[in-house]
Amino acid sequence: MINLNYYPGCTLKTKAKNFEDSAIASMSALGIALIELPRWNCCGASYCLAEDDLIHQVAPVRNLIRVKSQESRVESQGEGDSRLQTPDSRLLKVVTLCPFCYNTLKRANLIVRNDPGKRDTLNSFMDEEIDYHGEVETVHLLEVLRDDVGWEAIAKKVKVPLEGLIVAPYYGCTLIRPREIAIDNVERPTVLHRLMETLGATVVDFPFATECCGSFQSVSNPELAAETAWNILTLAQRQGAEALVLSCPLCEYNLGFQQKLIRRRHGEFKGIPTPYFTQLLALALGLESCGFDRGYTDSRALLQSKGLLS
Amino acid sequence: MDKLGSSTKRALVIGGGIAGIQASLDIADAGYEVLLVEKTPSIGGHMLQYSEVFPTLDCPQCIGTPKMVEVGQHSNIRILAYSEVESVSGTIGDFTVRIRRRATHVDWDRCNGCGLCLQKCPVKVPSEYNCFLPFDNRGAIYIPFAQAVPNKPVIDAQTCRYFKYRRFMEEGEESKKPPECRICEKVCPLGVIDWEQQDEIVEEKVGAIVVAAGFDLMDKGEIGEFAEGRDIINGLEFERILCPSGPTAGVVMRPSDGIEPREVVFISCVGSRDPELGVPYCSRVCCMYLAKQALLYKHAVPDGQAYIFYMDQRTTGKGYEEFVRRAVEEYHVMYLRGRVSKIFRDGDRLRVQGADTLSGRRVDISCDLVVLGMAMMPSAGFKELARKLGIATDEYGFITEIHSKFRPMETSVPGIYVAGTAQGPRDIPDSVAMGSGVASKVLDLFSRDGVGSPL
Amino acid sequence: MRIELTPEKLHGSFVVKVEEISGQDLLSCYQCGKCSAGCPMSFAMDILPNQIIRLAQLGMEAEIAESKAIWLCATCITCIARCPRGCDLSRVIEALRLLTLRKNADAIEPSRIPAETLAELPQIALVSCFRKFTA
Ligand SMILES: Cc1cc2nc3c(=O)[nH]c(=O)nc-3n(C[C@H](O)[C@H](O)[C@H](O)COP(=O)(O)OP(=O)(O)OC[C@H]3O[C@@H](n4cnc5c(N)ncnc54)[C@H](O)[C@@H]3O)c2cc1C
Ligand code: SF4
Ligand code: SF4
Repeated sequence: MINLNYYPGCTLKTKAKNFEDSAIASMSALGIALIELPRWNCCGASYCLAEDDLIHQVAPVRNLIRVKSQESRVESQGEGDSRLQTPDSRLLKVVTLCPFCYNTLKRANLIVRNDPGKRDTLNSFMDEEIDYHGEVETVHLLEVLRDDVGWEAIAKKVKVPLEGLIVAPYYGCTLIRPREIAIDNVERPTVLHRLMETLGATVVDFPFATECCGSFQSVSNPELAAETAWNILTLAQRQGAEALVLSCPLCEYNLGFQQKLIRRRHGEFKGIPTPYFTQLLALALGLESCGFDRGYTDSRALLQSKGLLS
Repeated sequence: MDKLGSSTKRALVIGGGIAGIQASLDIADAGYEVLLVEKTPSIGGHMLQYSEVFPTLDCPQCIGTPKMVEVGQHSNIRILAYSEVESVSGTIGDFTVRIRRRATHVDWDRCNGCGLCLQKCPVKVPSEYNCFLPFDNRGAIYIPFAQAVPNKPVIDAQTCRYFKYRRFMEEGEESKKPPECRICEKVCPLGVIDWEQQDEIVEEKVGAIVVAAGFDLMDKGEIGEFAEGRDIINGLEFERILCPSGPTAGVVMRPSDGIEPREVVFISCVGSRDPELGVPYCSRVCCMYLAKQALLYKHAVPDGQAYIFYMDQRTTGKGYEEFVRRAVEEYHVMYLRGRVSKIFRDGDRLRVQGADTLSGRRVDISCDLVVLGMAMMPSAGFKELARKLGIATDEYGFITEIHSKFRPMETSVPGIYVAGTAQGPRDIPDSVAMGSGVASKVLDLFSRDGVGSPL
Repeated sequence: MRIELTPEKLHGSFVVKVEEISGQDLLSCYQCGKCSAGCPMSFAMDILPNQIIRLAQLGMEAEIAESKAIWLCATCITCIARCPRGCDLSRVIEALRLLTLRKNADAIEPSRIPAETLAELPQIALVSCFRKFTA
């Protein structure tokens, strides 16, 4: 079993518990233990874009510092080499699952790495912590699956191939934009496609895979966000998809929960299940804890009709 | 003046596009010998692929072919087609050039161009001349187009069945044994197919070199948000589709299924004026050729609708602005001022997401075909050629002239000159003017008793 | 509609502040409209994303403050991913929002969000929204 530092973030502990549970169970079946950081704080969710506002970078950077100090503690106990190392072995790795956390941590780290002045200021804000120079590399679980585990190894562990299930992979924004932190090609990412194919599902060509779902506008302008979601969902359906595979709890709210609102606005709209990729992964690996009972939409009827779920 | 009398009064022209053709003819007409090296099997360049040319809408095959034939028949011009420059040494007045003549596997000296071999070759592959469009194929032995000069075939060893057979027998390269074929050899009445022909290096002495290696278009795959599907094509591909003698005989159809497009969206500045893609410059001809293509599309499909997304209309040539106004007022081409963000397939049509900044509105269009006005770039492999010649290029790979105002046709190496789009994007009239201009520089050099001080 | 342009307006403190907070050169934008063409929220905006930058280039602070568009941006970064000029519109819009927010004028009223919505919303949505729309 390989241990990997894991930063969960707030949403996975509450609204998206099924996302986290299915991820931890799946990774463990694949030989990787996600070890939650002992102390972590909210990353701030949305990366602050103002040049003159460094204080909002403290929260994400503090989490990265925790990874660094955690690593040095583990190392002094002699377990350090059990963690997956990034290609640049000077870097320590922390894996995220929530795309908002991924985006915020990764971009805050770029400031620390690229701007010495801001780095010093940030360090001086947190004088109770050890000095930080950007040593930690934030990765997303999809990258771990692609780069560290590998499709072949995953394919070997598949017990319930998702045969007959037709899915549209949906990436949203924060995993692939901006370009500097993208886990994949910005315009034509493939990692979710490849994962779904590896699990035996049929993947449709989906031009809106990276179209924004409306993001936090669903708080301030739910009708407008529902409209963008409707666009995305109906294109997926026209392409023949039976489910939209997600990687983000906010996407699941906008594309899943808000289907009620969409149906009110567009009477003809028929719902479509919106499982997380980790749930389908867990299902294909033959695990019990897939959390299909806790989603905003219900994937169970679809999966049962395909004989994938009893 | 130690070089006095030693100069070779013979010119090498690299590239047989319209610029190289004009330069060759002017130098040859003045009585000097010209070696014209062309990479492909025929001279003609891009112009010969077009349906009609702006702003007069002449047929380029009609106006270009006589020039090409003149080059082919000129007693002072020797065409080395299917050839490339290997190396260059020496200085102004006295260059030694080594030229690789690629194996054609047809003895061109004896071939009379009857074309029997072309009809019998069983291989069918997409043709370079037709931009690899699905409508038409060439054989493994082929002449790129009907008006080609020289009008002699070459065998493409990559796709030829007999060469595949030989590779199978020698190296086991192909997976299963291909038929031995050799049909072309059997039908050739003159017995000029030469399987054993090898590339040949010839060495020539010249006093001046004209670089007219032209341009290529940026690969549309660079534009991730547009790269989807077969019905998003570049301007060259659409020229072939519009061309009356083209692969569709001028019937406008979209590549994926051959249906007549009811709505066509043209997009300007794709790749051009896009520093994020490394091309900050303007390609200069797209405004005009997209207007031309929209108008020609309307000729072919009078009840179809053409849209052109543009950022600025750069119509600075004689008669150009008037041409665009005609496209708008007579042909009702709808100009939309803005860029397109994304194109995707929805059912059997394409959705174009654009903006019209004049009305301040987002505009979405469903259409059957999208034509991209892709950025003009130096021709493929040009960097390598420039290195062999030792001439300076700008950061995009176009040749840097020695003085941008007063010496626009001289490169950083005395005795090496540039004409046409190898120096930067320009249209046919400008390329031809530059071809003649460069000829006058060469003739000026040749008119002296020696080269003297090059500067 | 008529506006009076003056050098003071074009180069005034408003333009300076927007450029400072956003770290962007407003004049790097050449108004091609690609951002507006791809923006998922532009269908609902009263002025398009490229017009937001245009107004900022012209120093038209009041006109921007009156528009709803900057509050509809979802910070999805689609615009900058495709902008040929590499001009980061999402940062320009953030700067414009901050100029209002820093005057202590919240753009949304958290207490107006229905309790049942609050119960369902993921934290990342709430936190992001408050970060973008409140002081
Ligand atoms: C889609 C499109 C439509 C256009 N329509 C018009 C129009 O209607 N009117 C108009 O005025 N202009 C038009 N233009 C512009 C026009 O194509 C150019 O101005 C013209 O072709 C330039 O001629 P050239 O000789 O410089 O280059 P090219 O036509 O590119 O010729 C260069 C030649 O050099 C050869 N070559 C390249 N590299 C080497 C090498 N290393 N060694 C040997 N040979 C080499 C090539 O094979 C080619 O034969 C259009 C352009 C495009 C893209
Ligand atoms: S895409 Fe960039 S250059 Fe074009 S209008 Fe938008 S911000 Fe300006
Ligand atoms: S970041 Fe804002 S302005 Fe840019 S595309 Fe997204 S929603 Fe539109």
